[in-house]
Amino acid sequence: MKEVINYFSEIINGGISLLKGMGITGKHFVRSPKEIITQQYPDNRDTLTFEERFRAQLFMEHNEENQNRCDACQTCETVCPNGSIEVIWHREVDPETGKKRKVLDKYVYHLGMCTFCNLCVMACPTEAIKMNKEFETAVYDRSELTKVLNKPGSKYSQDYVDKTLGE
Amino acid sequence: MYDFSKMTGAIHEWLSSLMPSLLVTTIEWILIGVVFLALFAILGLVLVIVERKIAGFFQFRLGPNRVGPFGMFQTVADTVKLLLKELVSTNKVDKFLYNVAPFFVIIAPLMIMAVIPYGLGLTAYDINVGLFFVMAVSSIGVVGILLAGWASNNKYSLIGAMRSGAIIISYELSMGLSALLAIVLLVGSLNLNDIVMSQQAGWWIFRGHIPAIIAFVIYIITGTAETNRVPFDLTEAESELGAGYHAEYSGIKFAFFFLSEFVNMFIVAALAVTLFLGGWLPIHIPGWEGFNNIMDYIPSPIWFFLKTSVVIFLLMWFRWTFPRLRIDQILTLEWKYLLPISLVNLVLMAFVVMMGWVF
Amino acid sequence: MTTTDVNQELKTQEYLINMGPQHPAAHGVLRLILTIDGEIIRKVDPDLGYIHRSIEKMCERDTYKQIVHLTDRLDYLSSHINNEAVCLAVENALEIEVPERVKYIRTIMAELTRLASHQLWWGVMGMDIGALTAFMYAFRDREMINDIMEETVGARLTMNYSVPGGVMFDIHPDFQRKVKEFIKHFRKALPEYNTLLSENIIFKKRLKGIGYISKEDAVAYGVSGPSARGSGVSCDVRKIHPYSAYDKVEFNEVLIEGGDSYDRYMVRMKEMEESMNIIDQLIDNIPEGDYQVKTSALIKLPKGEFYQKVETARGELGVFIVSDGKKSPYRLKFRSPGFSNLSILDKISRGHKIADLVAIMSSLDFVIPDIDR
Repeated sequence: MKEVINYFSEIINGGISLLKGMGITGKHFVRSPKEIITQQYPDNRDTLTFEERFRAQLFMEHNEENQNRCDACQTCETVCPNGSIEVIWHREVDPETGKKRKVLDKYVYHLGMCTFCNLCVMACPTEAIKMNKEFETAVYDRSELTKVLNKPGSKYSQDYVDKTLGE
Repeated sequence: MYDFSKMTGAIHEWLSSLMPSLLVTTIEWILIGVVFLALFAILGLVLVIVERKIAGFFQFRLGPNRVGPFGMFQTVADTVKLLLKELVSTNKVDKFLYNVAPFFVIIAPLMIMAVIPYGLGLTAYDINVGLFFVMAVSSIGVVGILLAGWASNNKYSLIGAMRSGAIIISYELSMGLSALLAIVLLVGSLNLNDIVMSQQAGWWIFRGHIPAIIAFVIYIITGTAETNRVPFDLTEAESELGAGYHAEYSGIKFAFFFLSEFVNMFIVAALAVTLFLGGWLPIHIPGWEGFNNIMDYIPSPIWFFLKTSVVIFLLMWFRWTFPRLRIDQILTLEWKYLLPISLVNLVLMAFVVMMGWVF
Repeated sequence: MTTTDVNQELKTQEYLINMGPQHPAAHGVLRLILTIDGEIIRKVDPDLGYIHRSIEKMCERDTYKQIVHLTDRLDYLSSHINNEAVCLAVENALEIEVPERVKYIRTIMAELTRLASHQLWWGVMGMDIGALTAFMYAFRDREMINDIMEETVGARLTMNYSVPGGVMFDIHPDFQRKVKEFIKHFRKALPEYNTLLSENIIFKKRLKGIGYISKEDAVAYGVSGPSARGSGVSCDVRKIHPYSAYDKVEFNEVLIEGGDSYDRYMVRMKEMEESMNIIDQLIDNIPEGDYQVKTSALIKLPKGEFYQKVETARGELGVFIVSDGKKSPYRLKFRSPGFSNLSILDKISRGHKIADLVAIMSSLDFVIPDIDR
């Protein structure tokens, strides 16, 4: 007798659990126009927003007079775990103070090897490099993944550093 | 309601006045064949895109929406792609069986589509053993699946095809016994048009109360099993061992298997509507004469397709909610639960009819 | 035909099937060589190494501050907890005391990561068993956690937020409000998960009685985490050896005496609730203070061996550092939870069918990069 009761109660309880599950999906189906979360990329490129701390790519900040804040101290190159940064520099005599200092020639950044760990940004003493939001990094040719971050003809400016450090 | 037999009669008259009767018959055959092939193709296309859009709405996303407004032409694009693909096959397949298997799965649904009443006077093959014909022909489809699995010379396809064969053969029993015979007891005839006409006083699912509702539930469950859909789909959506019995097919042959699954689903829904939900009869509420007159104006094929789409939506709802069963659980469900219940239901229905307790 | 022919047993032959590295249900690149007799599994032979990236060898070359970003990629679903493990090992070796604010922030981030990992596990389990909608529901909720992480940390998967001595930056001013909103939303969504899958009769029949791990086996094979707690073994590192802010919160260790896949499933569902309780207790009381302690630019550990264990979403992760006084470790070894959990797969899946193997692998919750490192 117990098996008979078991048999029927299993059928009825099972059926009820199935109907409850269908109720959940049915509820979402009915409410679906308000709940759709698909973003139709690439039609919505203009309205995409990112948080300010999002790490997409490294870039060097320049102001309107084409000056940057990198004094070729090579701290970022030491801190980078796998050598994605190469700093090419030479020594010069500074005309204002008369002492020898390093001057940046080329700041080479290997986007293909970077792991976006943010250690270089934390380590830079003058806040020369930062992470930007350009996430569309797909290219057809691998040589385009090696980027030079300082713009042609730009120079280091101590004024720029003093005004903007700590922002 | 508009009687379509007037229209078909008029065409027949016009053709007979032009040419001898043998030619008339041949031309009518060709005409009907073209109409049904077109219906088959259109149904396949429409059902695929509807399934994808509905799946998107269940899952907080839009379905396809790039090709045409609301993604309407997505399946057309997919079919063109499949037509242009190369027909790859391995070296050691059994050539004859491999090529003939897709045709079996196409021919079975096409033959069944011929006996379904789509409207008043719109049945291609109005025979007086209609229901029996449907049951017999639907067994041809499983031969196609078994041949595909065997001829592919692939371990996984063979496993998938064997599982599918076991499932379909078992579930045909319950389908025939419970669902179809229960209704035949109420009506007294196997002719599908008679079954529809007998529901003019009310649909069988309401008039036949408890035995008819049990029969309807069992029919829907066995219907999903027959067409290899979730929760009984471990032959094809095997996230365990690859793609199942149609793994080795590509191009248009794969399209045959794929489309026939959707047309089978349509046939299951069409039979459910014919037997339980009144076929092409409009909704009549007893007592509201004005309402009933308005309902009579809408032509009968529209009622038929409307009701069928409700049942198809139910089948799709099952697919996107439930997990799938294991093979031994599917067979346990059939032999230990569905078959005894459908036998008891049959006896119950006979008792109810004998005592005259039908509404 | 003589009677002896009829009475002979039907002989079947076992055959080998390769459940290959590319597979929809293998949770990564795992190759399993199955010996099957019809549908019944006789032996499971895992073949590892398809995603080995020599993380432990790379750690011998990098300094201690640079090791942290490599641990993100071990078990990428609990990346924050992995970072915390290495930072805690280094801090304990140097005997630095981190401020209270850092402990609270690290614990909240760890619990959020555990929630996200369990959500993804639930979705993938539904997908493996056949309910495809569960996957989409889980990812919708997980996106909210990813958005919170993006605001504070800057990344969505490989966080790299802890440094030896603290965290990299302070939390965003909007962090507390958004976490509270998320918890409110998820408390309503979790009963939906239970109704959709946990109480479904088909789901229960697929999981009950499958893959039974006894208590003795769990201890003998080194199974840890929710897989062991589903067999009644009490092994939560957060309770037994508390670290960070875990000794200041009250939560229950979820133990179920049972041992089959359904019990492991229910342990994880209840752990999601416990994580929400922990976050509730901590989110309003974050003390003020510094978010980083000043350490020297080049950290050198004293000579010796140091070990630290934490509880990731999969089990117990251990970090073992052998240092000889230089700026890089001499040897660093990770005791990964997935490796020990995988070793029991052969024993518990014999006698079951192929469909059950997929269910067992889902319930043990592997992430293959954790196993191969």
